[in-house]
Parts: sequence; C-alpha cells; structure tokens
Amino acid sequence: MIVNSRLHLFCTIGHRFTQRIWRLGAGARLFWLTIISSGESFRRFHLTIREVYFTGVMSLIIIVVSAFFVGMVLALQGYNTLQRYGSSEAIGVLVALALVRELGPVVTALLFAGRAGTAITAEIGLMKATEQLSAMEMMAVSPISRVIAPRFWAGVIAMPILNVLFCMVGILGGYLVAVPLIGVDAGAFWSQMQANVDWRLDILNGVIKSAVFGVACTMIALFEGYDAPPTAEGVSSATTRTVVTSSLAVLGLDFALTSFMISI
Amino acid sequence: MTQNIVGHNLVEIDNLSFGYKGRLLHQGINMVFPRGKVVAIMGGSGSGKTTLLRLIGGQIRPAKGEVRVDGHVVHQQSREGIYQLRRKMGMLFQHGALFTDLSVYENVAFPMREHTDFPETIIHDLVLLKLHAVGLRGAHKLKPAELSGGMARRVALARAIALDPDIVMYDEPFAGLDPISMGVICDLIRTLNDALGTTSIIVSHDVKETFSIADYVYFVANGTVAAEGTPDDLNKSTLPFVHQFVHGEKDGPVPFHYVAGDYKQALLGLEA
Ligand SMILES: Nc1ncnc2c1ncn2[C@@H]1O[C@H](COP(=O)(O)OP(=O)(O)O)[C@@H](O)[C@H]1O
Ligand SMILES: [Mg+2]
Repeated sequence: MIVNSRLHLFCTIGHRFTQRIWRLGAGARLFWLTIISSGESFRRFHLTIREVYFTGVMSLIIIVVSAFFVGMVLALQGYNTLQRYGSSEAIGVLVALALVRELGPVVTALLFAGRAGTAITAEIGLMKATEQLSAMEMMAVSPISRVIAPRFWAGVIAMPILNVLFCMVGILGGYLVAVPLIGVDAGAFWSQMQANVDWRLDILNGVIKSAVFGVACTMIALFEGYDAPPTAEGVSSATTRTVVTSSLAVLGLDFALTSFMISI
Repeated sequence: MTQNIVGHNLVEIDNLSFGYKGRLLHQGINMVFPRGKVVAIMGGSGSGKTTLLRLIGGQIRPAKGEVRVDGHVVHQQSREGIYQLRRKMGMLFQHGALFTDLSVYENVAFPMREHTDFPETIIHDLVLLKLHAVGLRGAHKLKPAELSGGMARRVALARAIALDPDIVMYDEPFAGLDPISMGVICDLIRTLNDALGTTSIIVSHDVKETFSIADYVYFVANGTVAAEGTPDDLNKSTLPFVHQFVHGEKDGPVPFHYVAGDYKQALLGLEA
C-alpha cells in the first residue's frame, strides 16, 4: 500500500514534469513559427499598428497612474534616507535611476501582463473556442501570420514605449513630491539627474530590458491563448496562467539581464 | 453512383479510416461527391460528421485511405498545396465562426482582402453582392454580436462563397434555427448551388430539411456508411437503422442508453 502510494506520487511528479517540458517545447515551437511567419506583419504594417493601438491604449491608464504613485513614493522614501547623509539634492538621481534601470521596465511588464496579456490570452482562446482560427485555416489564411504575429510584434513595440512613458510620469511624480512638497531645490534636482544618468548604461539598457520583457510577456500570453482547451474553463485558467508565468518570467529575466548588463 | 468518369466527382473519399487518440472513429468510409450536386452526410451526434469535413479540408490526416479533391490526394499535399486546394473550398461552420472583432462587411471582405488585390471599389461591390444574395445587404454595418443565430449563419454563408468556391461544405446548417430561418437557409443552399454551379456537402441530422434539398444522402453510423441513396430511396428503406433515423424513433438499432452496467446493481451500490 505504501509502496503503491509512493509510486503514485512519483508518477504524478514525473507526469507534471514531462508536461512542463512538453509545453515549453510547444511554446518554443510557436515562437519559432511566429518569427518565420512575421513577413505579413511588416508587409501589411497596418495590421500590427492596429494591435499596437489596442494593447497600448489598454494599458495606458493603469501605467500612467501607477507610474505617478511609484515616482511619488520613491521620492518620499529616498528623501527620508538621503537627508540623513545631507545629500537630499541627489533625490532626482535616485528617482530617475531607480525608474529607468529597474522599476520602469519591471513594473510596466507586470502591469502589461495583467492588463494586455490577459486580454490577449482571452481573445485568442475565445477565437479558438468559437472556431474562428479554424475558419481562417479553412480559408487558406494562416492564423499564425494573420493573428498571432501582428499581436506579437505589437507587444514588442508597445512595451518599450509604455516603459518610457512610465519613467517620464514617474519622474514627474517624484519631482512633484521632492520640489514643491518637500522643498528640494529644483535646479539641483534636475542638474544632478542630468549629470548622473547615463544615456547608454541606464536608459538604453532599461529600454532593452523592456523590449525583452515585451517578447516574453506577449509570447506567453499568445501561447496560453493558442494552447488553451476550447472551453470556458480552459480559457479562464489559461488567463490565470498568463499572469503567473509572465510575472515569474519577467522577474527571472530581470535578474539575468541585470547581471549581464552590470558585468559588461 | 460509384461510377467515376474522370473528373465527374469533385471529392472522393476512399476507404478512409481515422481516429482520435487511437480510438477509431471512421473505419473504411467510401463516398463520392459529384460536381454540381448537393450531397448530404447524416448521422447521430458524435458520429464523426464534422471530422469528415475536416479531413476533406486537410486539417487532419487520415490513418488509412485517402480523400481526393479535384483529383489531388489531400494528405499528400504540402502546406502550400493544401492552401491551394482550400481556395476552392468554402466552409460554413456549425456556429458561424464569424470574426467577432470585424463588422459583417469586413467579415465577407476578409477572404478577398487576403487572397486578391482587388481595389476597394470592387471589394465593396462584391461584398454587397454576396450579402444581397443572402438577404442581408442592409446589415453590413452590424457586428456579429448584434446578429441573430440565423442571420449570423447567413453572413457566414456569404463569407464562405466570397471567392466563388467550387465546393461549399455546410456543417449543421439547420441546427438551432427557428423554422423560418431554417426554410430560408434551405432555399439558399439549393439556390446558390444551382446558380453558382458549386458542389455542396451538407452535414446534418435534420432529416426533413436535408431530404428536401439533397440529391444524394450518406448515413454514417459506427464509423461506416450504414446506408446511402436518394432521399426517396431512403424514405422507403426498410433497413432498421435508416427507419429509426428517418422516423425519429427513440429505440432501435441505435440504443437510447449509452453503454452502462446493470441498472439494478448500480442502484444497489454494487457497481464500482
Ligand atoms: N480534437 C478532438 N480531439 C479528440 N476527440 C475529438 C476531437 N474532435 C472531436 N472529437 C471526438 O470525435 C467524435 C466525433 O466528433 P464530430 O466529428 O464533431 O461528430 P459530429 O459532428 O458527427 O457530431 C466525438 O466523440 C468527439 O468527442
Ligand atoms: Mg459536428
């Protein structure tokens, strides 16, 4: 009896494990197919632009509002610590660097996964469940090049733009707390920021990060939708998985990218 | 109807077997679909009718046997070849499968935009022509969510014939419609078939409507063709299965109960 249940546990773990590997392979395959079917997304660029518009607009409000609060909190916390060392003018640098290097790309990606990612998964999942993808196949139109690829490139384009927006609004929020509210000198705030934020090391790296997150989040959302069982339950659990998997992927990738960027 | 003058049959199914996950769904099916005719495939729910259409469209591969469309063996085609064959086909899905993010107009225009370089004015005229044929020219601005079931199916039909296919496949075109819409769809299928010279394949379990428009009918049951003939032949048929199906009797060769253990034992809790 005990041997039996141990064996059962062993089998369950093994099964879960092989399934994960299997899905990873299926995801990689879809990624590859998407890349090689991308010609149409650029030849008929209006298809991609339309999706950029939808994903971008969808995430716009939540990103602007979050960025504003994140920037304000950063300024409050930063001032608290910096003033003890008598360097409260450095607050501009602190806010800008924290946003541009880490918080901008990461928080934007997390919000994107929750807002646009889930919408993409649900949309693709429902298109599959209602046989829209099948119908497209039967019309000799490849759903990968007509539906998946434009959404993929839209996510990859939208994410860095949203990230830049996040950073700008965050810095504005930090400024409003630091300068008018706390009374830090405005000149010091901006000039220190300008002097200490590097174009390549900070800004460009942040944008690269967010482009990578864009690839990961959008691909995960698309794969979960495309792979979802064509039922209400299947689509809803796929949507949940999109958020969980994207969040973990973003945080893991962030660590990997940061260590890589710091080491070169 | 098994004679085959070269090119007489547009679609031929030859000794076809297919199954999902090892369980055989079709076992040695033979059917022919002559040019210009309306041929029906009938059978109970789950008998694999939709799957047959997917086999004809090349979405799945047969385990044995083959499907030939216009002389080409479907499963031997490359991806490009299958896409070439599909351009000759139009398919009406069971639930319409309209693109929910596009308007009625854009749904019908979709195949034209994907496969032709027609200028916008021509697409406009063609879309309205197709919508007019199904009686929905006035609805071109609506979104699929605003249509009734019968209207959605007519739009899907307009989309299926957008590029004047040689074959139109209808999956359960009558299911879930009110009697008036049903009559409308019935007339449309026959009229379009005769006016455009297409070959129509209807999958259905509605006996009355199907018999009223079909030239020839195949009955599938237990993975094989259980009976075939013209609607008149089948109406007169004494085969028990056909009789049960055509007259809608509850019990007969097709049992009402799904295979189960002894009922009394189950009630007494003796059955696992
Ligand atoms: N993708 C699939 N995977 C596994 N089984 C399937 C799949 N599609 C259909 N089936 C099964 O095949 C059988 C026949 O399905 P179908 O061709 O849709 O029947 P019909 O259209 O005659 O009602 C059903 O029992 C169904 O559960
Ligand atoms: Mg069916």
